[in-house]
Amino acid sequence: MSERLRLDPIRCDAHGVCAELFPEGISLDDWGYPILRAGPIPADLLEHARRAVFACPALALKLVDDR
Amino acid sequence: MTKVDPRLESTHWQPGPAGLPRALHGIHPDRALSLAEHRDLHGPMALMRADDLIAVTGQAGLHGHGGAGFPTATKLQAVAAGRRSPVVVANGSEGEPASSKDEVLLTRTPHLVLDGLVLAATALRAREAIVAIERTRPHALEAVAVAVAERAAAGDDPIAIRIVPVPGRYVAGEESALVHLINGGDAKPTAVPPRPFERGVGGRPTLIQNVETLAHLALIGRHGPEWFRSIGTTEEPGSALLSFGGAVSRPSVFEVALGTRFESIVAAAGGESEPVSAYLLGGYFGTWVRREDLWGRHLTKNDLAPLGASLGAGVIVALPKAVCGLVETARVMQYLAEETAGQCGPCVHGLASVSDRVNAIARTQTTPKMRDDLDRWSAMIERRGACKLPDGAVRFLRSALVAFADEITEHQHGRCQATHREPLLPIPHAGRDWGWR
Repeated sequence: MSERLRLDPIRCDAHGVCAELFPEGISLDDWGYPILRAGPIPADLLEHARRAVFACPALALKLVDDR
Repeated sequence: MTKVDPRLESTHWQPGPAGLPRALHGIHPDRALSLAEHRDLHGPMALMRADDLIAVTGQAGLHGHGGAGFPTATKLQAVAAGRRSPVVVANGSEGEPASSKDEVLLTRTPHLVLDGLVLAATALRAREAIVAIERTRPHALEAVAVAVAERAAAGDDPIAIRIVPVPGRYVAGEESALVHLINGGDAKPTAVPPRPFERGVGGRPTLIQNVETLAHLALIGRHGPEWFRSIGTTEEPGSALLSFGGAVSRPSVFEVALGTRFESIVAAAGGESEPVSAYLLGGYFGTWVRREDLWGRHLTKNDLAPLGASLGAGVIVALPKAVCGLVETARVMQYLAEETAGQCGPCVHGLASVSDRVNAIARTQTTPKMRDDLDRWSAMIERRGACKLPDGAVRFLRSALVAFADEITEHQHGRCQATHREPLLPIPHAGRDWGWR
């Protein structure tokens, strides 16, 4: 089963840690808020995605099943 | 299409009004219909089992009139499928400044709305029935309070009705915001899922229907789906209330059959009172459409979709040629930016940035780069909020960039053709409600 990232835009506070840890899947907009790349995360990048999720100080990022 | 339960075939539907108006049938120009007058006019209220109501509503083809146009039967079905007994909310928090059709319903024929609320609530065996009304519309609050008291005195309703005043904020009527308010929080949208039909008021499955939708539901419950489909088109049956404003001789709220030709609708509003360059369809979440693109079209999804437009909650405003569409767009963009709930970064910062640029363009203090910024930021803002405020603002903005493309070029050369400087679109100013609960 593949997974993808889900962001809670209300919790997100533009710390930007996620984009630093997982630049392959997350970029920042002009105001410093994360833009998630669409679609499931390739298996070889899953570890980086997980690290970004755990590092978010606002607990705004989640890994969810890609349905 | 859903088949009506055979048991309903034998139901004797009450005969209904043959033409228009339907929801506004028999209203007084300056006061609400009393409960007795309402019953004389519309006949006794219908009550139904959930299965029957869902089937009949599906066969009628009723869609929501709050703006999103979602099939009502599907929503009823989703709430009925919940395990706990639900809550039903009549949504009369009409945050759209250019809209007043919900207020007209609540102040002139409140019992029709309440009939629809009670019909849905009893069918779903609801725990609670609530009417949510914008507190900046005191006449609506008062009329519904009187109507609820009349019904309590008559003792006909199997369920009590509670009134919840809602802050006069643009996003306060959004479903998750409404649920959050009723649950004791701010009237700000929350992250979904869970959606209100899964977990809403008090954690219960919650049906939220616009007050006009409930008025139509009350009529379907009385007169049946065939009657409902006797006006409108096959795909979009029934009627809709419009709030028609701007450069027409009789700006007002009135009811039209879905699928009516646009010219006929303008005629019903008294005709254009001066030369018109564009129409705003669907309010501040809606789209500007050039007059020549709209002429000859019908008020249907199919006819409006190629223009990127929809009827939304029924707002139409005629923009006079003498008024600058870019100035009007800038006023609305600033209003929408101020109406952010302040929760999501792309909305807070994005709408403020966009509003600054549009303001500069409107004031003819513009460079070609500003126009490019708008395209880039629009793409950056879209779909990145918890609610649809950023998406609606972007749709409105993009339509302006297309409809007023020539004006933008003029403004880039430091010229504006407008001769009339009075603001057109209504924006709340004096006594504006800044509260969230």
